[in-house]
Amino acid sequence: MDWYASGSIIATGALVAASSGMVGCFLVLRRLALLGDAISHAVLPGIALAFLLTGSRSTLVMVLGAGALGILTTFLVQTMQRVGIQEDAGIGVSFTALFAVGVVLVSLFAGKVDLDLDCVLYGEIAYTPWDTLVVGGFSLGPQSLWTMGSIFLLNLTVISLLYKQLKICAFDPAMAAAVGINVALIHYVLMGLVSVTTVGAFESVGAILVVAMMIVPAATAYLLTERLSMMLALSVVQGVVSAALGYFLARHYDSSIAAAMTTVSGLLFTLAFLFAPRTGLIARALALRGLRRVTQ
Amino acid sequence: MDLSWLSVADANTRWVLMGASLLGLSSGVLGSFALLRRRSLVGDALAHAALPGVCLAYLLTGTKNLGFFLAGAAVAGLLASMAISAITRYSKIKEDAALGLVLTVFFGVGIMLLTMIQKLPGGNQSGLDKFLFGQAASLVGSDVRMMAAIAAGLCLAVLALFKEFKLLAFDPGFGAGIGLPMGLLDLVLNLLILLAVVIGLQSVGVVLMAAMLITPAIAARYWTDRLGWMAALAGLFGAASGALGTLLSQLGPRMPTGPLIVLAATLVFLISLFFAPKRGLLARLFRLVALKRQVAREGALRAVYELAEAAGAPDAVITPAELQRRRGIRQTAALATLVRGGALEAGDTGWRLTAQGLAEAHELVREQRLWELFLMHEGELGGSQVDRDGAKFPAGVRAELERLLRVHGLEPQLVRGGA
Repeated sequence: MDWYASGSIIATGALVAASSGMVGCFLVLRRLALLGDAISHAVLPGIALAFLLTGSRSTLVMVLGAGALGILTTFLVQTMQRVGIQEDAGIGVSFTALFAVGVVLVSLFAGKVDLDLDCVLYGEIAYTPWDTLVVGGFSLGPQSLWTMGSIFLLNLTVISLLYKQLKICAFDPAMAAAVGINVALIHYVLMGLVSVTTVGAFESVGAILVVAMMIVPAATAYLLTERLSMMLALSVVQGVVSAALGYFLARHYDSSIAAAMTTVSGLLFTLAFLFAPRTGLIARALALRGLRRVTQ
Repeated sequence: MDLSWLSVADANTRWVLMGASLLGLSSGVLGSFALLRRRSLVGDALAHAALPGVCLAYLLTGTKNLGFFLAGAAVAGLLASMAISAITRYSKIKEDAALGLVLTVFFGVGIMLLTMIQKLPGGNQSGLDKFLFGQAASLVGSDVRMMAAIAAGLCLAVLALFKEFKLLAFDPGFGAGIGLPMGLLDLVLNLLILLAVVIGLQSVGVVLMAAMLITPAIAARYWTDRLGWMAALAGLFGAASGALGTLLSQLGPRMPTGPLIVLAATLVFLISLFFAPKRGLLARLFRLVALKRQVAREGALRAVYELAEAAGAPDAVITPAELQRRRGIRQTAALATLVRGGALEAGDTGWRLTAQGLAEAHELVREQRLWELFLMHEGELGGSQVDRDGAKFPAGVRAELERLLRVHGLEPQLVRGGA
């Protein structure tokens, strides 16, 4: 086993999972999970356009392109709601249209550019160890590790700084507005983080699977605790465990690493759904039986 | 311009076109019901969930047979919809997160299986990756015959259960009240949607299949308020998008069919959004402008009347300065309209009511004062019975308001022939 390669792949996966899990908690709490899904699809044309216009694959260009499309999606969904289209349909129409534009762009120019559709969709985390960041002739280790590390720090910083505001907005937006928090601004900040995380992660886990990293760990954590701080911590732990176990699963079956990480994450969720203390399916069934016995 | 790509004489192209249109037709029809049930994105989850089913079918049978693929997709889709309802029912997770969770996990498992298959000997030729974005060009005669049979079955089922589905879409509580098995009907509808998704997979692919359920249906919603018409129109839009997208994809060797079909449907949606009569944005804008003009015209006419009333003479000349003081805004356009319509006469120093204008203004002012009285006495008069949009009072309320008008001495004074 190559320790450098395995280590950097698992570390990248863990950073993706941790960054996505943190923002994912707020998406799950605010019932915006599907908006996150939509954004993760809709950034594709942004990435493709940024690449076609500048010819550069630098992370900054990609982040700008995708960030713009992320905000555009949020805006489109809200505009459609304003002109009377129900929310689910608005989300569905806007993300499929944008994603279709992205696929057409990528397919049209696939010959000229080094932008692989498979790679955009489900990522190629397996190459991360060899795509290294070189500064002044010194290799500083995998590039994606640096990218995801920065995004992780960014998410951590923003969430710690705005913790109180995000918390109130997540649980009671009306009260947040009443105590003078700019709810719309917080919403756009959150969506901005979602977009940036999506872009950072798309290179390693792909645009579609990143949304799994946002929703599944957060939903698992949601089942296990009733405290937001605990939920954030648990979702990070769940993501990191999925990343590590997923890597070994993928090695064993010789499959896509990102997809295997998602599969493990799904399994962990199923475990929590069945066995969570008090809220799990089995705990509920037992409690119900106990209640029946008492009432008889 | 070379139009040979438009030729549908080639048998293969004909099959492909037919296949894409059939899928558009059936998903459009079923999408209408999904849309009204606010279940649009369930189709997205079902489509993504189909991927592991297709891959497992290939792994188990080792053959590339559309029938097996569809069966696998249907089983996986069923499992996914059961998982979504179990999660929302037995945990505190809300429907959106449950949908997203099931969708991504099933898709992740699917991609894992897909990448495993591609590394098997011969797996690369399985054509399974075409299920991601669809490749209508890979449709052959037998596939299309199967799709046609399923699409016909779906349309027949919708026709047979139309009344029941209508209730399900608009008032499931009432349906349950008259003894219909609404839970079972909901399950049947979900199964039909699942089948529509399954026949679309090969041409549009799992990632974009949701658009075929949502986009034609929401486009059709703009043209009609009747469910029957909406479903038929959505089917038509879907079929047209399927055909248009397929033709476009023949323009170049690299053009993926699925995204182009989706873009064609999006185009139909945008046209409907802007140009549909009644509900379209442009029609709404025109109505708004017309309403604003009418309000301004009536406001100006009332203002002239009330100033003349204050002066005590129906033929008093009202100067621009007086009007400006009363209304606080310029009424040039509205006044010009009134002069053109013959309600006002423009003189050197101002405006004067004509006989026709006097009659109309008297009616308007009287109606306005009745409304003002109504708003003051709403509580006693039973405000809830009054149709505010139609601006009509029930006879009893009207009589009471007219009595109040006299009591308060608010009856408009200027009438034709009197002073």
